[in-house]
Amino acid sequence: MNILVCVKRVPAPGARINITSDGQQVDTAFLGFTVSPHEECAVEQAVQLIEKHGGDVTVLTLGPAEAEEQLRTAVSVGATKAVLVPIDTTDWDPQKTAQAIAQVISNLEAANGKYDLVLFGNESADSCGYQVGVRAALKLTRPIVNGAKGLEIDNGVAVVRRESDAGVEIYKLKMPACVGIKEGINLPRYPTMKGRLASKKVAIDRSESSGESGGLKLITLRRPPERASNTIILGNGPEAAPRVVDLLEELGVFK
Amino acid sequence: MTVLAVVEHDRGTMTSASLGVLTAARNLAKQMNTKFEALTIGANADRLSETVANFGASTVHQAHNAMLTDFGPEAWGESIAQVVRKISPSVVIGTGTERGHEIIAQAAARLDLPAAMNCSEFDKDFNGSQPLKVVRTRWGGSLLEEAQVDASIKFVTLANHVVEPQEELATSPATISTIEVQLDESVSQSFVQDRVERVAGVTLATSPVVVSGGRGVGSAEAFAPLEELASLLNGVVGCSRAVTNNGWRNHTDQVGQTGTRIAPDIYIACGISGAIQHWVGAMASKNILAINTDAQANIVTKAGYAVIGDLHKVVPAISAEIRRRQNK
Repeated sequence: MNILVCVKRVPAPGARINITSDGQQVDTAFLGFTVSPHEECAVEQAVQLIEKHGGDVTVLTLGPAEAEEQLRTAVSVGATKAVLVPIDTTDWDPQKTAQAIAQVISNLEAANGKYDLVLFGNESADSCGYQVGVRAALKLTRPIVNGAKGLEIDNGVAVVRRESDAGVEIYKLKMPACVGIKEGINLPRYPTMKGRLASKKVAIDRSESSGESGGLKLITLRRPPERASNTIILGNGPEAAPRVVDLLEELGVFK
Repeated sequence: MTVLAVVEHDRGTMTSASLGVLTAARNLAKQMNTKFEALTIGANADRLSETVANFGASTVHQAHNAMLTDFGPEAWGESIAQVVRKISPSVVIGTGTERGHEIIAQAAARLDLPAAMNCSEFDKDFNGSQPLKVVRTRWGGSLLEEAQVDASIKFVTLANHVVEPQEELATSPATISTIEVQLDESVSQSFVQDRVERVAGVTLATSPVVVSGGRGVGSAEAFAPLEELASLLNGVVGCSRAVTNNGWRNHTDQVGQTGTRIAPDIYIACGISGAIQHWVGAMASKNILAINTDAQANIVTKAGYAVIGDLHKVVPAISAEIRRRQNK
């Protein structure tokens, strides 16, 4: 089977996210980059599926030239092909992004045949838009379900498990289909030495795309007001235990 | 020119997030000097009209179609799109939940209109005729984005727990309008086909006490003292992403942006540094006690209470102290 996974290059922040002075983006001067967590799991899920059913995993990203690094990471853990859709460094809005992705996928499919599955992350770690996958799926006229915490293939049908307050819901989508993956569906593997070598050699296809700007416009980013906290230090080491239990009693934990 | 609130429900039972949406829609409509209307999807949600009316909706639209017996993101999105096309509201507000984001994305995509998810504030000067300025959360809540939704119809979702639900009857009783929506094969696949119901019990999301461990715990086995403390406090054990990534615990225990968001009475964070990813999942806790060797750790500086020390010694000492007092 043929699976395409859309991934996004995002900064990997530590304890604090800084913003550039113009308020337009996260200051990444001292940050590394990674694949958005849900998408990291989407790549792993796709690789597990082709290990079982055979086929190829193409990983696609819309991003700056540096996003090649994330594509190579995906190849190092088992993706077989990589496509970069280069854009300038500023984020495209969700409508424009979805339009461009759908267009590139259609072009790739015209050349190589349909993907049985197109996987997205449920939402990106940075912009948290919750919509690119849905919009792209609609343009590709394929069914999509988000929030997948399980994905199996059964006789041409993608069986999706999704958690809700009431329990687990099961969806069955006839392929070709799209699925929005959530972290927790699997535990992504670490690259092997062989994988690392493959990732160095893989040819990154470049696919130009464009899109019209949509109606959601960033004005500025800011940090939420810091929660004022004057931490009360209850003590050092095990000797602090009585004070901890006093606190728990005060808070009514034992009632 | 109205505001339309989309009610989220599960087979006819309204979700709590919907109540915040009804309240926010009413507030927004008031400042626009207009009325707010609500939409329920599927005949099994007709009975929610009374609750909706108690929040002051002038009209409750009930979308009907024989297919709408359970949740289906595409069918729900298409139903919203058809109702929106018919009544042309100025703003459409959905819940900031997994389902809410999904159906608002579906509806907006079908009308090729923009959508801003997880909004916590709306422009106080918005009167319906200009673009809608919103504040929405990014990075799971650790950054805010001031954004502008520029379209004739503005789709948004309301960040959960931001607006306190408040009932308020309208001056006249709500009008009920049943709309038969047209759904075809193209939206028929993505319905819930089957379910595994959850066994009732305390979960990570609902437990009033959570004892959580991070990288500092060191191994899967070393969680035993945390399990013990949690059980003495009738709580559950959670963990950070580092722990899940190391395979020490299942992802269902993970507290964080991509795990579970929790709001317990007390959160005891052991050997957790408090990176953004984790903090946004725990920050709604009413009290936080950090146990960490590093007095400068992010979680220690943000917590209300802290013990500086090795969790492997501190946690068993707390359990022993609880036992000692219980045996008195």
